[in-house]
Amino acid sequence: MANTIALVGNPNSGKTTLFNALTGSNQHVGNWPGVTVEKKEGQFRFQDQVYNLVDLPGTYSLGAFSEDEIIARDYILQGHPDVVINVVDATNIERNLYLTTQLLEMGAKVVVALNMVDEAESQQMEFDLDALSKRLGGVQVIPTVASRRRGLDKLMEATVTEINAPLRNGATSISYGPELDVKLATLTELLSIGDLRYPGTWLALKILEGDDSAQKIVLNDQVLRGSEELGAFLKEVAAHKSELELEIVDGRYRFVKEVTSGTVLRPTEAVRTKTDCIDRVVTHKYLGLPIFALIMLGVFQLTFVIGEDLLGELFANGVEYLSLLVAGGLEALGSPDWLLSFVSEGIFGGLGAVIEFIPLIVMLYLLMGLLEDSGYMARAAYVMDNTMRALGLQGKTFISMIVGFGCNVPGVMATRTLESRKDRMIATLINPFMSCGAKLPIYLVFIAAFFPSYGGLVLFVVYTLGILIALLMAKIFSETLFKGETSHFIMELPPYRLPTLANVIRNMWDNVSGFLTRAGTTIFMVVSLLWILAVLPLGVEAYGPESILGRIGVFISPLFKPAGFGNWQAAVGLFSGIAAKEAVVATLGMVYAGVEEGVELVNAIRGAFTPLSAASFMVMTLLYTPCVATISTIKKETNSWKWAVFAAGYTFSVGWLMAVLVFQVGTFLGFS
Amino acid sequence: MDRLPLAGLNEGDQGKVTSIIAGGQATKRLYEMGFNTGAKIKVIKNDRGPIIVTLGSNKIALGRGLAEKMLVSKE
Ligand SMILES: Nc1nc2c(ncn2[C@@H]2O[C@H](COP(=O)(O)OP(=O)(O)O)[C@@H](O)[C@H]2O)c(=O)[nH]1
Repeated sequence: MANTIALVGNPNSGKTTLFNALTGSNQHVGNWPGVTVEKKEGQFRFQDQVYNLVDLPGTYSLGAFSEDEIIARDYILQGHPDVVINVVDATNIERNLYLTTQLLEMGAKVVVALNMVDEAESQQMEFDLDALSKRLGGVQVIPTVASRRRGLDKLMEATVTEINAPLRNGATSISYGPELDVKLATLTELLSIGDLRYPGTWLALKILEGDDSAQKIVLNDQVLRGSEELGAFLKEVAAHKSELELEIVDGRYRFVKEVTSGTVLRPTEAVRTKTDCIDRVVTHKYLGLPIFALIMLGVFQLTFVIGEDLLGELFANGVEYLSLLVAGGLEALGSPDWLLSFVSEGIFGGLGAVIEFIPLIVMLYLLMGLLEDSGYMARAAYVMDNTMRALGLQGKTFISMIVGFGCNVPGVMATRTLESRKDRMIATLINPFMSCGAKLPIYLVFIAAFFPSYGGLVLFVVYTLGILIALLMAKIFSETLFKGETSHFIMELPPYRLPTLANVIRNMWDNVSGFLTRAGTTIFMVVSLLWILAVLPLGVEAYGPESILGRIGVFISPLFKPAGFGNWQAAVGLFSGIAAKEAVVATLGMVYAGVEEGVELVNAIRGAFTPLSAASFMVMTLLYTPCVATISTIKKETNSWKWAVFAAGYTFSVGWLMAVLVFQVGTFLGFS
Repeated sequence: MDRLPLAGLNEGDQGKVTSIIAGGQATKRLYEMGFNTGAKIKVIKNDRGPIIVTLGSNKIALGRGLAEKMLVSKE
């Protein structure tokens, strides 16, 4: 069986980069059982052996502070990886070794990848690797530059050696001060009578640290629960909780200091002029926000110009060519008419309309990935903190909102990095207003039909409106449903780094392939189902108002009359959007006369809407009920159907109200 | 040597953390991120919004609320 290696490290230590460098394209993303935290796994070959690599969530510590930390430490203790590679940011070695210390406490087999040594070198830092290794109790320390794939072979050699080495049984003893050491020994002794699946010293330490989950493990044990001595000890611990836990943290940092003193040399002051210069501008009191807005505008403008103008046409022609080819082939084979109709109208008319937007989605994710990988996102959170605070939230909530721009599913999932329930609930409920990538094609069709020369600007306005509505709702929620104190803001601002191309492309591909998978499954099913609804009952004009689909549209369309798009086709489009937002364009493509290419759809839209009703329709699409996948994620994350249904319902009301408002005010002002 | 809240320091000021009274979770998190007693910090930015400090070679933004609860001895 292949050996399993776990990857742990602080956020921004280069863990993702190392994971990508080792596994290349041979990786897949799943979920940790029972929770929605992303689990990345991959395989790679080294010296004719296959290894599994498991990427654990990036954390500062292995306590019970967040779900991420619990997952990481439970995996190390109970997932039984053969070895743990601990990615350490060399320029930040002191803080990073805090985590290493905790790995040693667990008795895990560890290899340290001393990453970013290139940056450390340029800061004139020096390391005595042998001494470092010795003081860490023999843990091998291998310098790497993950972004340039340097040191990976050495790292793997060390890892293999460590896999084959015997287990170190508490070989590294860390002193937390004389008093605590005695307490620790006493507690370990007390625990030794129980039948526990965790190392005793580690559990004892965690209990002293005030870790509730460790205490629970102990109290779940039959024998230990009955021990009076232990009970008295725990009471004593509880009384001094806060001092004890800080003493232990201090103890770890003392250990780190012993490890690094004399082995890590750095010039008196770290020089980060480049980062400081950029920060002076982008975090500026007045300029920060406008710069953030400009960057986002630039992202959308570039997405539009390159994704649509340059590549969109190419793709559209490709799809059309393919469609003709397949239809020709089917005809030559003498296929029945219904199959021909299904393929050319249902599949190519519907799905094709989705596929044409791939270049756009690729562009959007590439640019967002660049912002993320360069370190700018943390500044965005910083810049937004003031605004968010005024609304009763903190700046970090804005990051989950930005993730929502890609897709609301990871957007909602990203709220779990928020520690307070209030922040999480509000951030979850407002995430659907962040316009996801799948809605982009809808706007593009309407832009092409009515506002072709203002593409980037219109997109920017749409996205900004989404943000504003989200913020407004956040304010309302924080004063009604979720009162309470605004949580604290703690955010590391990593130095700006040249983005690693492999990371950016990897991230883009994860998202685009997700989109493609959805296009191939959910959207395909929705499109097929809609096609069936559109041609039944037999004998009616396909996609006509007499078809089942048409009748559904006719039935619900009066609801949208005040918003200016009371036609049944538009209603059908919105209806299908609840299944998947990608299906809206596909459906519009189908119901507007079996469209096979973009231009026809655009013309049909131009006939059915006015610029004003196009605007109100875009507003509706932006705000109304999110797709089923998002609703079910909200259910999973909040653990309640009530909130999921609430999210689906209130977004619809908000969307409808705003669409009506746009149309009525617009009409009043004399637009049409 | 005065002890004052971090929020009261000016840009460019340096100091050492003497204590944090921010409640269990937040205090521990700050400790674990390296703001333990005696840690040397330097204020980079303190005008509006969170305060940016350097801690070692690290740059960290702290909300104003927290910065009120971290006591620092100015140097
Ligand atoms: N100079 C340098 N940059 C690196 C190295 N490893 C990663 N990076 C960059 O550091 C940033 C953070 O890396 P990432 O892998 O996303 O960190 P994670 O948060 O630990 O997953 C990215 O911009 C990477 O391109 C390295 O060894 N040297």
